[in-house]
Amino acid sequence: MSSLRPYSVLAGKAVRYIARLRGGGSALPGLFVEKIDASFVRDTLGQLPHGVVLVSGTNGKTTTTKMVVELLESQGLKVFTNRTGSNFSRGVAAALLGEVNARGRLKADIAVLELDEAHAVHFVDQVPPRFSLLLNVMRDQLDRFGEIDTTAGMLAHIARATTGTVVVNREDSRLLRVAKELKTDVRFFGLDEKLRTMFPGDDELHGADGTRVKLPQADVVLSELGDKATFTIGGKTVTTALKLQGVYNVYNAAAALTLARAVVGDSLDQQKLIGRLAEVTPAFGRGERLIVGGQPCELVLVKNPGGFRLSLDSFDPHGYATMIAINDNYADGRDMSWLWDVDFDSLQGGGVKQVGGIRAYDMALRLQYDDVPVGHVDTDLTKALRQFLANNAAVPKRIYCTYTAMLALRRDLGKLTDVEDVR
Amino acid sequence: MKKQLTILQLYPRDMNIYGDHGNMLALKRRAEWHGYEPRIIAYNPGDIFPDDVDIVIGGGGQDSGQDKIVADLLKIGSQLKQLAENGVPMLMICGLYQLFGHSFKTQDGHVIDGIGLLDVTTVAGPERLIGNIVTHSDDFGDIIGYENHSGQTFLGGSVHPFGAVVRGAGNNNQDGTEGARYRNVIGSYLHGSLLPKNPAIADWLLEQAATNKYGEFTPTVVDDHLAMLARKHAVRRPR
Repeated sequence: MSSLRPYSVLAGKAVRYIARLRGGGSALPGLFVEKIDASFVRDTLGQLPHGVVLVSGTNGKTTTTKMVVELLESQGLKVFTNRTGSNFSRGVAAALLGEVNARGRLKADIAVLELDEAHAVHFVDQVPPRFSLLLNVMRDQLDRFGEIDTTAGMLAHIARATTGTVVVNREDSRLLRVAKELKTDVRFFGLDEKLRTMFPGDDELHGADGTRVKLPQADVVLSELGDKATFTIGGKTVTTALKLQGVYNVYNAAAALTLARAVVGDSLDQQKLIGRLAEVTPAFGRGERLIVGGQPCELVLVKNPGGFRLSLDSFDPHGYATMIAINDNYADGRDMSWLWDVDFDSLQGGGVKQVGGIRAYDMALRLQYDDVPVGHVDTDLTKALRQFLANNAAVPKRIYCTYTAMLALRRDLGKLTDVEDVR
Repeated sequence: MKKQLTILQLYPRDMNIYGDHGNMLALKRRAEWHGYEPRIIAYNPGDIFPDDVDIVIGGGGQDSGQDKIVADLLKIGSQLKQLAENGVPMLMICGLYQLFGHSFKTQDGHVIDGIGLLDVTTVAGPERLIGNIVTHSDDFGDIIGYENHSGQTFLGGSVHPFGAVVRGAGNNNQDGTEGARYRNVIGSYLHGSLLPKNPAIADWLLEQAATNKYGEFTPTVVDDHLAMLARKHAVRRPR
């Protein structure tokens, strides 16, 4: 440990405090401590008896990470996580600063971290994870990553750096190829044959035929999905109700269960595990339900065509007023092409009452080509939200939003209702 | 009976990166709005190449997607060239724009042959050219889109540029050109998707197709106010 450590930790904590007073983001104090003490994250996480768990993939990282944390807590582990959703390395450093004592000690048994693929490849060179979870590879932010095959290569790098067990989605053909090359312990989660059509992978989303290679045995399989979900866990079936909505969230529960089983091993208490799973709610902005003016208002984050399609398939628009908010800031991706890879036919019946965000007119144009009736369009998101709430006061509402639009909407909704603080 | 227009989509399974579906959809819907009946044919490797085609469109792909289609493309190259000589309108974006040229030289010096329908040559560049782009054409006015390519394309003497770069990189980040035109064939790097946000180009493709087949194009007035507003806001966005 660096002899400067107590000073860098205290100084970092001070920056964090000031940044929070200013209402700033979570990455700044992390950047600060990264600059003055590069080994801080590695040394601090290196102390943990159960090591580091890394969750990566295109869609579902945040909610899956939340599930893994809660499942491990159900087994009595004290878990550190970067739950701000700041899934860059700096966000991890910032989250650590909030938790360590002045001597740089972290009181936790294990860390569960969500990392953006591009950051994770560098992170694992510093901090090799004991466990990693690879969820899926879908086309997302090609303006940042270039190609989907490049993204798969990043996840392969993470898997190779993992010292213990790699948990892999066997239904994702690119990840399956990655898994076959690995020399470490690999465990799979998967879907029952009859559910596969509900969960297309990226290639199926783009019209490749669904012919499949023989799949490896999975530790946890999502075998039925109706009002309740049935999982086959180590060969035995378990049925449970869930608070999570959205088919992909439920599938990611299979991922979280596989990972928890790998971490805890033989001493696992399955009854507590499933009991806790039933109580998990979506992460903020991922189907999160707020109450505004006595009516529910759901926020659904959409970042890429695969995720947007899955969300539209997951949530029935009937009985809801729908709004879509599209920004094109760096964190959202600047290219609007992806909107054209999403099919909006399911919204034709009820229409979209309000479109908002910097690229509201790109979205409205997209809806025009799918014959979806559009109510109002405003590039000023605050005005768009106000109008949406006023025009649809008496009905439940659902807002599909890109990342920075979601942050802005939560900020505005926070003035009207209780919104969980996630900084 | 409505007048039919057949649109051939090249390799939608492997060459469909980021929004190429939007170009198909724009042609289909605008053909309908103008009173024609669009017939869409998806052509994938190994399929029988149809002989009655009015418009051909194609998109970009992953490197792995290009590997899958290049042998098939060389097989149908002479048919595509014949269609082009007959004045059939075509729109090729990104990967298929490159493969409609003479060749593509990859980063490691490997040369992939194209069909040479367009007199252009592409070499892999040192950096990806990424960002919002605006070009200008005397025929189409301002052309607004998004580029994301590492190939740098250079034009030969028998094509002219699709647009002159106003803001962005274009074909090669050097000569201020974007895309290429030969007869009624357009090659371009612009995603966005290109046709919905540039309806003048979509209607021009339909006009060439209808005129070839029926001797005239009878457009109706389409409500493009959302496209005009989307263009207005897109132009203001950072690179």
